[in-house]
Amino acid sequence: MSTVTASMRTPAHTMQSVLNRQAVNVGDSERWMSAAAGLGLMALGLRRFSLTGLLATGAGAGLLYRGLTGHCYLYESLGIDTAEHQDAVAVPAQHGFKIERSVTISRPASELYAYWRDLDHLPHVFQHIRSVTVQDAEKSHWIASGPLGRPIQWDAEIFNERENELIAWRSLPGGDIETAGSVRFRQLGQNRGTEVSVSLKYNPAAGKLGAAVSTLLGSNPAHMLQEDLRRFKQTMEAGEVSSTDGQPTGDRGLYQPFGGRS
Amino acid sequence: MKAVCWNGQGDIRVERVPDPKLINPRDAIVRVTSTAICGSDLHLYDGFIPTMQPGDILGHEFMGEVVEVGPEVKTLVPGDRVVVPFAIACGHCMFCHQNLWSLCDNSNPNAALLEKMYGYSGAALFGYSHLYGGYAGGQAEYVRVPYADVNPFKVPKDLEDEKLLFLTDILPTGYMAAENCHIQPGDTVAVWGCGPVGQFAIHSAWWLGAERVIAIDDVPERLELAANWGRAETIDFSQQSVSEALRAMTGGRGPDACIDAVGTEAHGFSVDAIYDRIKTAVRMSTDRLHALREALYCCRKGGTVSIPGVYGGFPDKFPLGAAFGKGLHLEMGQTHVHRYLPKLLDRIVGNGNPGFDPSRLITHRLPLDDAPRAYQTFRDKQDHCIKVVLKP
Repeated sequence: MSTVTASMRTPAHTMQSVLNRQAVNVGDSERWMSAAAGLGLMALGLRRFSLTGLLATGAGAGLLYRGLTGHCYLYESLGIDTAEHQDAVAVPAQHGFKIERSVTISRPASELYAYWRDLDHLPHVFQHIRSVTVQDAEKSHWIASGPLGRPIQWDAEIFNERENELIAWRSLPGGDIETAGSVRFRQLGQNRGTEVSVSLKYNPAAGKLGAAVSTLLGSNPAHMLQEDLRRFKQTMEAGEVSSTDGQPTGDRGLYQPFGGRS
Repeated sequence: MKAVCWNGQGDIRVERVPDPKLINPRDAIVRVTSTAICGSDLHLYDGFIPTMQPGDILGHEFMGEVVEVGPEVKTLVPGDRVVVPFAIACGHCMFCHQNLWSLCDNSNPNAALLEKMYGYSGAALFGYSHLYGGYAGGQAEYVRVPYADVNPFKVPKDLEDEKLLFLTDILPTGYMAAENCHIQPGDTVAVWGCGPVGQFAIHSAWWLGAERVIAIDDVPERLELAANWGRAETIDFSQQSVSEALRAMTGGRGPDACIDAVGTEAHGFSVDAIYDRIKTAVRMSTDRLHALREALYCCRKGGTVSIPGVYGGFPDKFPLGAAFGKGLHLEMGQTHVHRYLPKLLDRIVGNGNPGFDPSRLITHRLPLDDAPRAYQTFRDKQDHCIKVVLKP
């Protein structure tokens, strides 16, 4: 369900996605084979004016598309990814963070998507984000709390979105840090709610203040994201975030409050 | 205001604390008119529940009058008289929607802690450790009730507190224990523990169609109450072998359903330091699971063992072989009070019939100031104590 991986692959993934507006999920050699087979099938199909020929042409076109773009819809629906993302060049980092967490929320995907698409809401979701200022339909300015309360800032763009399904964003060059993220919404049947899967990527080796990323995310980034998603779920389901902050207690004496909570 | 505060093992004090305030938009503040000490509060008193802090306000069985509501609470107004379920439910998560209120996804601000132990966190509870949310409890003059449009239930003005108070926990808990037995016509139900929950489980077993109810305990006044008020046959385990007695009473078959209304004091929250702490109490833990082991042993093949008694961690020597070998059904969990409260309220009101009077349990009525003494009396079963109600 969740992983924290140090990987070099995510920026490439991101860049290819920008180019294609679709995630690459087919490996290189497979893409060549796919394209070649597609061309062959199309050539074969176009030589026959029959139903079989038409079908072959269509299938060939599909394979060709798959080879050229590196995106396979069947793989996507099956959750398969054979692409090798290691040969990334967009961010020449040797290590980056990728944090993924999921939560299931008893609300329709459309409602959750709408909340998230209003980027002004994201500081309510992410503890480490202080503000997000929307500049236009795709561009926004993000401010996070850095070391010693110093702000860390960057501009970001939404580079991929599908209504009620996906929002993906990434930082633009020139910011204090380099980061990207996505949220996917998958509505379940039988009143089971919507699965919300968030992926955050940070590259501490890039950006003017890249090293501040570790401060930003604390010692356990996955835990932090999990708690962020918990608050998002509470906000969407219960309309408020559960809290005991400020409630009365008796004399605590010399006792250190457990876990920093009252 | 005055509040009953936990200060360490065996150290309960009535302290002056600030009045509670609204924190969230769905909150209400309730002026407590009656509050009870629960058997499970004794686990706190005896220091078995981890993540208590000195100064924590106790109490999860309470009722009173609404004095203030948050802007999102449309269902209550100041002056409403309410009873409040011990488990805190948001009303809108999948579990609340499925009537599994004590498994609410959203009410525990410290859910991450409980998830470390259980995988997933159930609902928060009033006044029952920081693991369970750290909410201030209702053994106080005032209490903050979260999700007040869902949690408190309005109750009629003409019934006295004592008849309604146990709707908050022990009456629904006894009822759910019996319902979990899936009683069929002709069934014999055996109940281990004749404390408050056991007494209500006995009544509930009759309501749900049991043919016979057998009550097991060793405290004379509790067995008497089970026999006289609960019309149960009784076994005094200090006088006879429970398994032999049950075998003899059931023609060699064993009871069709067994209810463990004892639970464990040895809350074996077995994480790191807590595990060590339990280890130090091992002399107790071996027989603390005794009631459950015995129920699993005595139950007939294919029968049901229902567990309203509280268990916390990794109980030692759980006889899974007996449960497996006899194909037993196990039912357990915190009570979904919200599910049962309305129908049990109907039973108390009576609606033309003589209503059920749960107040028969109460042996001690004391001012809130006497809480320290009341905890001790209740734990040590002094003075024939069965149930204590405190009046703030």
